[in-house]
Amino acid sequence: MTGYLPIAVMILIGAGLPLVAFGVSMLLAPRKPEPLKYTSYECGVEPTGGVRERFSIRYYVIAVLFVIFDVETIFLFPWAVRYRVLGWFGFVEMALFIGVLVLGYAYAWKKGALEWA
Amino acid sequence: MQTFLEAFLVPAIQAVVVVLLMLLAVAYITLLERKVIAFMQVRIGPNRVGPRGLLQPIADVVKLLLKEDIVPAKADRFVFWLAPILVTMTAIAALAVIPWAGTDATLHVLGYEIRPVITDVNVGIIYVLSISSIGVFGIVLGGWASHSKYPLLGGLRSAAQMISYEVPLGLAIIGALMIAETASTVKIVEWQARHTWLFWLQPVGVLLFYIAGVAENNRAPFDLPEAESELVAGFHTEYSGMKFAFFFLGEYISMIVVSALVVTIYFGGWLPITFGLGYLVPAIPAALSGAWGGPGVHLAFGVFWFALKTFLVLYVYLWLRATFPRYRYDQLMEVGWKFMIPVSLAWILFTGVALLAFDALAA
Repeated sequence: MTGYLPIAVMILIGAGLPLVAFGVSMLLAPRKPEPLKYTSYECGVEPTGGVRERFSIRYYVIAVLFVIFDVETIFLFPWAVRYRVLGWFGFVEMALFIGVLVLGYAYAWKKGALEWA
Repeated sequence: MQTFLEAFLVPAIQAVVVVLLMLLAVAYITLLERKVIAFMQVRIGPNRVGPRGLLQPIADVVKLLLKEDIVPAKADRFVFWLAPILVTMTAIAALAVIPWAGTDATLHVLGYEIRPVITDVNVGIIYVLSISSIGVFGIVLGGWASHSKYPLLGGLRSAAQMISYEVPLGLAIIGALMIAETASTVKIVEWQARHTWLFWLQPVGVLLFYIAGVAENNRAPFDLPEAESELVAGFHTEYSGMKFAFFFLGEYISMIVVSALVVTIYFGGWLPITFGLGYLVPAIPAALSGAWGGPGVHLAFGVFWFALKTFLVLYVYLWLRATFPRYRYDQLMEVGWKFMIPVSLAWILFTGVALLAFDALAA
């Protein structure tokens, strides 16, 4: 597991760098509070309406499809690394797996889950 | 304790050096981008600060550092802070497994072993994909925490776009992994040193990977989340000063990571460019990779070739931005779901059949 210690170091540096920079910026940057500065951006006019509103169902459908396909991708990785050892057995197994997924994909396409407009 | 120190101290120093180099690289890529796009559009580009505008990036950094940091009154303060940190952190963490020279360039200083990669884990490529997908959270949270309409829409669009293109991004690499039989970034280059660049065997794979990578980084022509003509600046509309700078930094480091991954997986990483002459005269690649020298020479040559190739791949990003108009959102999702995914699945099956047929013939 020592191979993963450097990754933890990188994550710490990656999180520390912005924190330090925010600190330096806080010390150096001017601070002149004014109420209008802190309103939400709305092209210069007074903001109207709320922000926490409902948005298109499409985003949820895409999210569900993503979960399915991403899990599939993860299943493919270990298979790919051992592919030449598994030979035709591995090919047929994965062809069946992808085939089942493609059926679902075709169904989603036919039902219009992939249409955006 | 020696081993723990060795496992901690050496990577820590390496990491600091790599991160500092990346900061410098990002600073000058911004200048390069402005210059290159200016020349492509028959303009001059920045030329006021320093000779030929060479000090422009430094002036930009100082300016961003001295800008007032504005947090909208209605924003969720903690998440507003967290978002740029997440984006930068994941981009930097992904650099950990990118090798910049071969194992023959391992240096020994004061009894410590300094390898030319921060860490070589056996699932390096999967690690890069998984850590870079955490970056999506930074953008979505940044858009949500701003409590403003444009950032929210930008963040949502960005989320849908990034998760849509993450699938082909992962699927595109599978073919290369099947051939090289490894998911380690070091071993995949070593395989290419023994055989040939995977680019020649996976031309469709590299195209799919690069297109998905451009979309994943929200770069033109897929820069919908920050389409200034409809969403102002997308998820970072409300960000200013240093927080904006770190969204920017994260995006550019992600570009470098994707370019470095393309080079590592498909274009032979630190191997020299020989235009196939290595098959005729094996002395040419040996000379171009500094085989006549010690580890230090190997390191210098490895870094040179790796940096050159990464730069060339990175340049394509700028070229694309100056060439193509932005996609419409429904076209973008259509390309992702109806073109990239079926093509990458078909390419995996094709690679599978071709590989088994080849192995059967060779046996």
